[in-house]
Amino acid sequence: MDQYKTVMMKPQDSVAVALTDIPAQASVTVTCQDRRFEIALKDTIEFGHKFAVVRIQKGEDILKYGEVIGIATRDIEQGEHVHVHNLEGKRGRGDRLGDAS
Amino acid sequence: MSTIWKENGEEGIGLATLANGQFWGYRRPDGRVGVRNHVLILPTITCATQAAKQITELVQGTVSFIHQHGCAQVGSDYEQTFRTYVGMGSNPNVYGVIVLGLGCETHQARSVAGEIAKTGKPVEVVSIQDHGGTLGTIAQGAKLAAKMVKDASRQMREACDFRELMIGTECGGSDACSGLSANPAVGFVSDWIVDHGGTAILAETTELIGAEHLLANRAVDEKVAKRVYEVIDAMEKRAYLMGVDIRTGNPSPGNIKGGLSSLEEKSLGAANKAGSRPLQELIDYAQQPSKKGLVWMDTPGHDIEQLTGMVAGGAQIVLFTTGRGTPTGSPIAPVIKIATNSAIFEKMADNIDVNAGTIIEGTETIEQVGQRIVEEVAHVASGKLTLAEILKQHDFGIWRIGPTF
Repeated sequence: MDQYKTVMMKPQDSVAVALTDIPAQASVTVTCQDRRFEIALKDTIEFGHKFAVVRIQKGEDILKYGEVIGIATRDIEQGEHVHVHNLEGKRGRGDRLGDAS
Repeated sequence: MSTIWKENGEEGIGLATLANGQFWGYRRPDGRVGVRNHVLILPTITCATQAAKQITELVQGTVSFIHQHGCAQVGSDYEQTFRTYVGMGSNPNVYGVIVLGLGCETHQARSVAGEIAKTGKPVEVVSIQDHGGTLGTIAQGAKLAAKMVKDASRQMREACDFRELMIGTECGGSDACSGLSANPAVGFVSDWIVDHGGTAILAETTELIGAEHLLANRAVDEKVAKRVYEVIDAMEKRAYLMGVDIRTGNPSPGNIKGGLSSLEEKSLGAANKAGSRPLQELIDYAQQPSKKGLVWMDTPGHDIEQLTGMVAGGAQIVLFTTGRGTPTGSPIAPVIKIATNSAIFEKMADNIDVNAGTIIEGTETIEQVGQRIVEEVAHVASGKLTLAEILKQHDFGIWRIGPTF
């Protein structure tokens, strides 16, 4: 039974959005066009927050709306909460000017 | 009377409806059309804002705003503030203006009044140093305002086409639903206004960082596409100058709590407000568009500064989506607030006019909600008050681009 609503915007996305609060351990089915995922959530996902639909490696681009929303700062497992603790924006990074470009 | 209203409900007391694509507006001498008939008491300098407020207390039908600008400004920063004052006074929602100055400020009341007068609307100037101080100024301003309001009240609304409407679009207090519900619904309205020959303004350059390629691809020519990348680059460089991750300010803590993780994610949701029509031109802050259709005004993401820029550019109505909830309004333009989720619509019923949360629940489509917003725009354009107007939420803030000296 799948009582939790989620939305995945584009088939190439690496994350989906919870449309209700979803407890950790819950099983959710995420579909987007021809893609379908059965995912056991590793964290509690609050309404409006994201979780990984695939495994994402550290340094990899994270996609939503079919576009890049940031980069993974560590490995992220399928079903993990994706947010500011493991995703960093790539734009407007005035703090990174000293880094090797 | 109130019993009858209750029995009939909101639907039973509507204004005489017009053919689809028309509303009741006020025709101005410059040909533009207003949806309100305000007399604006316009202080060009901080020192005159308190006297301006006193005049609005005395005279029904007048509005004003508090601000901290108008002196010791130079160069492009001076120009931008000047353009904003002139744009506010020239907006067709304003019947006439009393420009209030101190006397010695850089932003001279007389110069601002001279520019507004080019629209053909009534303009008067009162200055504190010329009228023997605060009380003399309030008396003189109130006398002029009372006469202007009397004249304004004689003007009747007439049938106007939607092609004369300029709609500002904005999102503030965004959450993860913004990009799924209210912003796409506003995108539908943006397309609808454009298809009816009107103008829709997209703004918030900061909140288009990461989505600029999508809009550049819709630019009518290379020049506009190039400008898209230029304004984005200039905005991003301002963050570099501060030496910080832009995420320390945008997305805001409320955005992050709502599930938005980066500026790019917020931008991709915000860009949905722009619908799908071609991007006609890219204009400066508080500048009046020279073209109909979809235009992009270069503004920051700050809600009030962007709102002020669009209204000064001539927008008669603003559509404002919110996920975290906001009271924002303008002294002269109705702001229609649209909730991205039903929970905030219910929690902040005092402030939010329309609910797009039904899209998240699956009970309405983006098009259905968009159509409801179009109907609300028609009602508001014809005189229905928005909640921000009823609560006198007269916000005003200028995007300052230089230091004060």
